[in-house]
Amino acid sequence: MKKIVLNEKTLEFQRKVEELSGENTAMCDQCGTCSGGCPFVEEMDITPAQLMRKVMLGQEDVLECDTLWICATCNTCTVRCPRKLDVSKIAEALRQIKLRDEINNLDIDDLPKEVLKELPQIALIAALRKLSS
Amino acid sequence: MKIPYFPGCSLKTYGSSFEKSAIASGASLGIEFVEIPRWNCCGVVSSLTSDDLMHHLAPVRNMIRVLEMQDEKMVDTDNKMLTLCSMCMNTLKRSNLKMQEHADELETINDFMYKEDKKYDGSLDVVHYLEVLRDYGFDEIAKKVKVPLKGLKVAPYYGCMLIRPKEVGIDDAEEPVIMENFIKSLSAEAVDWRSRKTCCGSYLTVSKENIVIKLTRKILEDARANGADVIVTSCPLCAFNLDNRQALIQIQNPGFEPIPVLYFTQLLAIALGLDINEYGFANNKVDGMPILNEKIFKK
Repeated sequence: MKKIVLNEKTLEFQRKVEELSGENTAMCDQCGTCSGGCPFVEEMDITPAQLMRKVMLGQEDVLECDTLWICATCNTCTVRCPRKLDVSKIAEALRQIKLRDEINNLDIDDLPKEVLKELPQIALIAALRKLSS
Repeated sequence: MKIPYFPGCSLKTYGSSFEKSAIASGASLGIEFVEIPRWNCCGVVSSLTSDDLMHHLAPVRNMIRVLEMQDEKMVDTDNKMLTLCSMCMNTLKRSNLKMQEHADELETINDFMYKEDKKYDGSLDVVHYLEVLRDYGFDEIAKKVKVPLKGLKVAPYYGCMLIRPKEVGIDDAEEPVIMENFIKSLSAEAVDWRSRKTCCGSYLTVSKENIVIKLTRKILEDARANGADVIVTSCPLCAFNLDNRQALIQIQNPGFEPIPVLYFTQLLAIALGLDINEYGFANNKVDGMPILNEKIFKK
């Protein structure tokens, strides 16, 4: 079993995410409402509630989860959280930490020309804004 | 009514039937869309990190254009900015709200755009066409219907951006009724179905196409299972995922039965008796004409 470690480093990471997102993660009760309503949860490697827990504990390995890149900011969790937390803002903060280190999830050069041609600009602009820097 | 209208990227290209049908329907109701001069892309998605002001520039710059239109009396509405695309509406509304709530951030943005003749003052109200129609009165619209859509079962698809988050949604986030009321005003039947607020996968259609295919298949099959003839949307990205992606769904699931996905304005234009050639179905992949011919035009 993995031991939970709390120290200066974990606290700093938690504070960084809170500052970027503007959300107070200590408010999370771990009720799981966010995970229950998430339309993408089946595809995620950790659930939104688990993502919240990791941030609360300052576990930086949350940045390696695919969940960040699957959350499409549909805001279903946002409107349902009984503590009025915005999980989509937490996910955005985590994506931004990666993107500001120039670690992208989407490289437009990887998309074949036929695919690019077919995709509407609304999809391309949104994806590039959220998934690349 | 002459209202400043923000089109956004998709309405001029692959969502052109959406724009054409909206403008044509508006004209027949006395709502004139005055396109904002020199508008720029809103950025499609809202930037959610607290320190990222840069991405609110594009929405605010469009708002300055609207203030200029008001000064030049190009429009006669009071501080309104009209959108059709759900994503544009959401992004513009969220930026507007941020500017209204944070005077310091508004000042930073205005300072950055010091070459603009006007400063933005947070006075605008970004509205969606459905809201304008609601304020016009669905009863009034019902009176103007020339081709009642009797017998047509329409599944209203809200998706995300029209109703979430609460502070920018055009109706209740969990129990919206605006689309249902709109559909009823055209004498069509609004289908009650659970997927009406389920995300279509949005921009993951670029990076994780398979997730979108799985999700949209569930949504489309739910509409069919509840007896829908057509689905209506107000988002060009939802339309792409729900309509264009049916070709891939069909390849992967041979038993899948396609269902037409229309913009709500196309139904409005039909009901108002407008000539289909004026707005057309150029962008709709799954052909809606067979069911419309059968149920409405009785051909």
